[in-house]
Amino acid sequence: MDKVVPSADAAVADIASGSTIMLGGFGLCGIPENLIAALVRRRITGLHTISNNMGVDGFGMGLMLETGMIASHVGSYVGENRRLEQLVLKGELDLTLIPQGTLAERIRAGGAGIPAFYVPTGLGTVVAEGKETRRIGERTYVLEEALHADVALIKAWKGDRLGNLVYRKTTRNFNPVMATAADLTIAEVEELVEPGELDPDHIVTPGIYVKRVVVGETYRKPIESEFIRAQMGGAA
Amino acid sequence: MNGKERIARRIAREFKDGFYVNLGIGLPTMIAAYLPTGIDVVFQSENGMLGVGPPPVDGQADPDLVNAGKQPVTELPGCSYFASEESFAMIRGGHMDMSVLGAMQVDEQGNLANWTIPGKMVKGMGGAMDLVAGARRVIVAMEHQTKDGASRILKACTLPLTGTRVVHDIVTELGWIRVTPDGLVLTEVAEGIDAAEVQARTEARLIVSPTLQVMTT
Repeated sequence: MDKVVPSADAAVADIASGSTIMLGGFGLCGIPENLIAALVRRRITGLHTISNNMGVDGFGMGLMLETGMIASHVGSYVGENRRLEQLVLKGELDLTLIPQGTLAERIRAGGAGIPAFYVPTGLGTVVAEGKETRRIGERTYVLEEALHADVALIKAWKGDRLGNLVYRKTTRNFNPVMATAADLTIAEVEELVEPGELDPDHIVTPGIYVKRVVVGETYRKPIESEFIRAQMGGAA
Repeated sequence: MNGKERIARRIAREFKDGFYVNLGIGLPTMIAAYLPTGIDVVFQSENGMLGVGPPPVDGQADPDLVNAGKQPVTELPGCSYFASEESFAMIRGGHMDMSVLGAMQVDEQGNLANWTIPGKMVKGMGGAMDLVAGARRVIVAMEHQTKDGASRILKACTLPLTGTRVVHDIVTELGWIRVTPDGLVLTEVAEGIDAAEVQARTEARLIVSPTLQVMTT
């Protein structure tokens, strides 16, 4: 078994317009930047994206937004993307904001065969509108449904040919959980190693979840807070 | 000492040894710098880290190591990393002793609004709704009024809520306000300010505590 594909372009070559795609990362930290670049080159449209954030103007998912590939987005925070804010206020992009923990757990449920679950989060807010609630013990909870995607694009630090993955520092974030919740999970890694080189006790994402592995060609890895400051007109 | 520093210093004194605390983006993040000596607190960052250390020295930033505000941070000995679903399991599951967040509005019932202004600003709640639903104690740290001088502490929030009846305490540069079943109780005032002035700058009705104290920092 060898899940390695030769390039990011090859890895995303069969993703269709209209697909639902999860993208790992928190802000610009731990995003699959090579897969995003390859996807932008595909010029497909009508994508439904699920990702905690939406990149920033000029990098990450912000590049997808600029090409008009995205029809709808589910995330928890998009405050760093002015283009997105304008599109949403003009009604040109369907944005659904949900609590970050609920987002993570809905994805976990999607990968774990759990159709729905109750949480206390968002009770009495717009997040709970139209949703079933139920009193259990002392509190009232909101029913949240699982999220699933056609494709998950994730980023790991090291991976082997079987798709076993480890992450580095805070790049882990949504990557492992998204790996479990899509029909086709594609992982880009900074370093490819041979089976047996990763300590089995340290593997975070077991290979069963991963269909394709690709080594990222280049990494820019901008630090978001500094990237934005530079964009706003030089170092402050 | 400016207002924000006064707020940060006062809240830092509220931490107890052994606390696990999540600090929100912006003003709350400043609190970590004022931790009293002899108090060990573990800071959690909801993007997936316990044991968050101070910002790196110039040139030492690691793009793979950021806090929830996407700013570079450092590791403290004993720190750990975990994924988002586990991060929020520990938040939702009641394992955080305290959550300190900023706010746009808070009201007499402890309702909090801090994530959107309809038609004007699209930001998102991030982890705020999970934090207020799950932390054992929720403290709002904010400047008392908006830049235009409007009160942020209202009889009833007008913006979309982050949580209902979730705030335990409100700390501003003017004082400490406790949310109680009877209403908002002013328990401390900043030096040189009296309760009448705090009330004059607050839309909500404040009950002045019979044991009102000066807010020490």
